[in-house]
Amino acid sequence: MFITVAGIKKEVEDGTTIEKLILDEKIENAEYVTVTVNDEFARREDFDKKALGDNDVVEFLYFMGGGSF
Amino acid sequence: MAFTNEQIERYSRHIILKEVGAKGQKKLLNGKVLIIGAGGLGAPAAMYLAAAGVGTIGIADADEVDLSNLQRQIIHGTKDVGKAKVISAKETMNSMNPDVTVNTYRTFVTSENIMDLIKDYDFIIDGTDNFPAKFLINDACVMAEKPFSHAGIIRFQGQLMTYVPGAGPCYRCVFKNPPPKDAVPTCKQAGVIGAMGGVIGSLQAMEAIKYILGVGDLLVGKLLTYDALKMEFRTVNLPKEVSDCGICGDHPAITELIDYEQTECDGK
Repeated sequence: MFITVAGIKKEVEDGTTIEKLILDEKIENAEYVTVTVNDEFARREDFDKKALGDNDVVEFLYFMGGGSF
Repeated sequence: MAFTNEQIERYSRHIILKEVGAKGQKKLLNGKVLIIGAGGLGAPAAMYLAAAGVGTIGIADADEVDLSNLQRQIIHGTKDVGKAKVISAKETMNSMNPDVTVNTYRTFVTSENIMDLIKDYDFIIDGTDNFPAKFLINDACVMAEKPFSHAGIIRFQGQLMTYVPGAGPCYRCVFKNPPPKDAVPTCKQAGVIGAMGGVIGSLQAMEAIKYILGVGDLLVGKLLTYDALKMEFRTVNLPKEVSDCGICGDHPAITELIDYEQTECDGK
């Protein structure tokens, strides 16, 4: 199936979960990443349970701290 | 309030815009923006807001200017090293535009002082570099129903979102809780290109200006990300509302401001 990850369309195995995608995409600090699927927040407890669907749009949102000092 | 001839000339490039005009420039002159953090993000934001004639600008920061700040914090100069950042920032803003009243607050924001700091301002800019402050600013703005601009920069990357009460998700909707101490690197630990502050801090100023003018679309319900190496801006849509958010949800679990452990200042 095809999904869009951070704006890029790619083919992934059927049944791919968010947890698998995090590994495949080598997401840094995955523990603290927020994930949206089709513009809705994915619940962390579902990361290893819910399979993504064909044409799903996935975004990884990272903590970004800097600014002052 | 009539414009002086000098003001008509100073703001001529604003006044000629149909989205601004004389009316909009008056709104800016009557506008009040608080910038928390006179650093990489706060410096360009403060300078563009001062130049734009935002009439009252508050700036809060407890630190002094350090030589290592000057690579990105362009509101301060070499002569300012050792000076309180808020004083150095005020001097620069005053020299840029005498129309602007600059209020300085030489303090870090805490649960004790933040409600008092934000109460007189129309829009808040989060230019801080640490998560305890970012969550505190978010929670205080949600509680006090104040719009604010969140931003963060690190290495070659930046992010930005705008919160407007009742119009979209808050920072805590996106990131539920601060990461544990040292789990996510800061600029001091990871480095940052100085111009990142220029790009993202200027966008924060732009959001404040649009909010005051009431024009265009704000980054509400969206997170803008900037990757300088790929030279790519992306806008990620966020859910319209997050009913289980700890602070702005239907049944908020957080009813008091929280001072999370501050770690970034000591650079550990």
